Amino acid sequence: MVMFWVALLAISILIYLLLDGFDLGVGMLFGLTKSKSDRNEMLHTVAPVWDGNETWLVVAGVILWGAFPAAYSMLLSVFYIPVIVMLLGLILRGVAFEFRNKALASRWVWDFCFSAGSLAATFMQGAMVGALVEGLQFTNGEYSGGALGWLSAFSVLCGVGLCLGYALLGACWLVRKSEGSVRATARRQIPFLAIGVLVFLVVVFAHALAENLPILQRWIDRPYLFVFPAVGAGAALVLATSILRHDDYWPFHMVATIFVTAFGTLALSFWPYMIPSVITIEEAAAPHSSLAFMFWGEGLFVFPLMLLYIVIGYRVFRGKVGPMTDHY
Amino acid sequence: MDATALLLSRLQFAFTISFHIIFPSFTIGLAAWLTVLEALHLRTGKPVYRGLFEFWLKIFGVAFGMGVVSGVVMAFQFGTNWSVLSKMSGPIQGPLLSYETFTAFMLEASFFGILIFGRNRVAPWFYLFSTAMVGLGTTLSAFWIMTNNSWMQAPVGYVLQNGQFVPDDWVKILFNRVVWVRFPHMLIASYLTGAFCVAATGAWYLLRRTYYAEARVMLRMGLSLAAVLLPIQLFIGHLVGDYVHDYQPAKFAAIEARWHDEQPASEVLIAIPDPSTESNKYAISIPVLGSIIGSMSLTSKEVGLTSFPPQDRPPVIIPFFTFRIMVGCGLVMLGLAWLGTYLSFKHRLERSRLLLWGIFLSFPLPWIAILTGWYTAEVGRQPWTVYGVLRTADSMTPFLTASAAMTTLILFVAVYAFIFSFGTYYIYRLLRAGPGGIPTAAPETAAPNRPMSLADRPAGARSYISAGE
Ligand code: HDD
Ligand code: HEM
Ligand code: HEM
Repeated sequence: MVMFWVALLAISILIYLLLDGFDLGVGMLFGLTKSKSDRNEMLHTVAPVWDGNETWLVVAGVILWGAFPAAYSMLLSVFYIPVIVMLLGLILRGVAFEFRNKALASRWVWDFCFSAGSLAATFMQGAMVGALVEGLQFTNGEYSGGALGWLSAFSVLCGVGLCLGYALLGACWLVRKSEGSVRATARRQIPFLAIGVLVFLVVVFAHALAENLPILQRWIDRPYLFVFPAVGAGAALVLATSILRHDDYWPFHMVATIFVTAFGTLALSFWPYMIPSVITIEEAAAPHSSLAFMFWGEGLFVFPLMLLYIVIGYRVFRGKVGPMTDHY
Repeated sequence: MDATALLLSRLQFAFTISFHIIFPSFTIGLAAWLTVLEALHLRTGKPVYRGLFEFWLKIFGVAFGMGVVSGVVMAFQFGTNWSVLSKMSGPIQGPLLSYETFTAFMLEASFFGILIFGRNRVAPWFYLFSTAMVGLGTTLSAFWIMTNNSWMQAPVGYVLQNGQFVPDDWVKILFNRVVWVRFPHMLIASYLTGAFCVAATGAWYLLRRTYYAEARVMLRMGLSLAAVLLPIQLFIGHLVGDYVHDYQPAKFAAIEARWHDEQPASEVLIAIPDPSTESNKYAISIPVLGSIIGSMSLTSKEVGLTSFPPQDRPPVIIPFFTFRIMVGCGLVMLGLAWLGTYLSFKHRLERSRLLLWGIFLSFPLPWIAILTGWYTAEVGRQPWTVYGVLRTADSMTPFLTASAAMTTLILFVAVYAFIFSFGTYYIYRLLRAGPGGIPTAAPETAAPNRPMSLADRPAGARSYISAGE
């Protein structure tokens, strides 16, 4: 049971990363262009699916609460400020979808909220992961790092890194879903973003070496984990060639693969902890009666349905969008 | 433990959930109404239904968006501010909320995209199906969240083990009397919100002498639905009161402003409760009615607040007044709905401008009733978060500082005030423009404001008509 829910939690987080990743990434790139018709088109590539994408954050959150209450309560309370800033960012960008089509003179306000909200939410997500990797301050099992305990050079670096990563994913999505100037711009951005992400990964690795972070130790103990980064590197190569060949289809899938391997790398280096060196998966797990109740309904039957919804949603809205006007 | 942080967290929870509930109560009703309109249109082919559908869909879109983003906050707020509660009750509340997410949120979020953007991309039956799925999602969502909150109001089916509430009987948690009166109470409250907003919009157009055809449909459908639902709602409200009487006697005493045990008990209609003297000022009360309402008997003894130790008593003033406001709103709505339905059957409604004004101005009433109803339930539950077991003061994140709580509270108020004012303004503008509609923003390319229609698709874009293709 516990393993089932760990797996489902990991899958949900991964789906969230990929789906809301491109969607937040498009939000950030949106801020970089000034052209009105480009902006409309960019928005249009994500507008029908953003709500479903964001709901995967809720899915991950409630699996965490239901199956691992100790981890849920610890993580959210320790990351009080970043969680709430992330939520506020998601609010501002979320309402922008509907509001910007209703606004006349104030449209620029929502354009700004859309990209600034996407940026804030992404940065905070990255910073939280960074803080987890670096380790938080606990005394006798109680958090003692204060309201800003998550903030450090390393977590800021991870925040920036995730922004680059999501933006890269977003750019590849745009290449796949659009044409004309939007696609051309995104194509030009991909190499810069890809190099940025690469530099970020190298710096993180160097930092981990220099600081001798606890996570690194686990890697030295388990050399077979290097399969993941190796697959990631392979994907990066395919990405580079597909960009050179001006392919629309492959870049997104390759960046997604890189995300999967990066996520797998991270998840495996946390194992068996949920919060490194503080709470293990077993310690965080809810009693069997809760896990079983979740398993026999939502786990077994509803989860596959949710995957089906994704398929339906993306099938209905497949294909490229052209330069669009507003949606009503 | 920081007392100010506690107060600020309570304020923050009350503020964010009050903001959130405004939208669900509207969208639950509206989603059902959209489904009905779409089905009617498919059956009868009358253009008025289609026009109304497209019109309310725009409003639905704005309200739904705000409901979703404010709801995502709620899902995380249990952990941020109430980490002790969320850790202890996680084994019960977590699975319930996860069922809500899996069965309801995912459903509505996924089909919402098709509802808003997919009209020309899917077959008509599939579009109707998507509308119905959004409606189903909102209803399921209300069920799960009411189960969740009802467990906190009247905890059942658990044992306390290693500092956690461990569920040992899910059937009891899902199928108990408290859930099955409160869920209908909330669901009907949402339908009433939808009905009154629709009817009020119809009245507004008649008063402005525009959109006659649409206005008549809106008034007739809205008012007759409300006329049927209101008596049911008042009856269920009574059943809800019964559960409070049996499970939460202190809350019941606070709602009734009954300070001392009485036999037979009188019913305080209106008064100003004074906690310092533990008595009521300017009370108007009816003898014996209190026993009848509480226990359906002429002689029963009803418990007063002073029978509870002071640290276990809820505040009195808020539940006392909010309860009366809710009931008052219900009675006013009942009057409006019955009178309006009667006159519309007699074909006299359009000429009774006074009543039309009344209906138009009544659109906030369901919201007021819903908010005051929740304040009765939640403030009356104090000082407990899990009734009788876990105190609010012990539920809070232990290391939360007042300054952190203050910062986030200010941020929430600022952001919510900002989006709320724009959101209501946009909804107002849509309503004002009416079903004929203005293009909501100047089209920016040559294509007309039907971006998805096949003819407008730019060359090279692939087009699809049906989901199955
Ligand atoms: C009776 C109704 C009701 C009540 C009391 C609540 N909600 Fe709600 N919620 C809904 C009815 C609803 C809904 C009808 O399903 C929403 C509103 C927006 C929308 O229109 O869907 C929704 C949206 C919504 C979402 C976004 C779903 C998505 O991503 O699509 C979340 C995470 C929550 N809610 C969570 C909560 C929590 C944690 C609550 C309590 C503390 C809560 N809601 C109270
Ligand atoms: C949607 C309508 C709701 C409204 C308007 C509402 C309102 C409130 C208010 C005013 C308080 C503060 C009471 C006080 O501190 O004196 C409160 C507290 C609380 N409510 Fe609700 N509530 C709603 C729904 C829910 C639901 C569905 C849940 C749980 C599933 C919930 C859980 C809580 C919790 C945990 C508290 C504790 C914090 C506190 O006591 O301040 N509420 N709510
Ligand atoms: C005679 C009329 C009514 C009676 C006797 C009544 C009774 C009650 C009672 C006793 C509560 C508190 C429940 C608790 O503490 O858990 C309550 C809550 C509530 N009421 Fe009413 N009510 C009436 C009318 C209405 C109307 C007309 C509406 C809305 C349109 C409404 C909406 C609500 C809501 C949303 C709640 C909070 C949810 C809940 O606790 O179930 N009520 N009602």
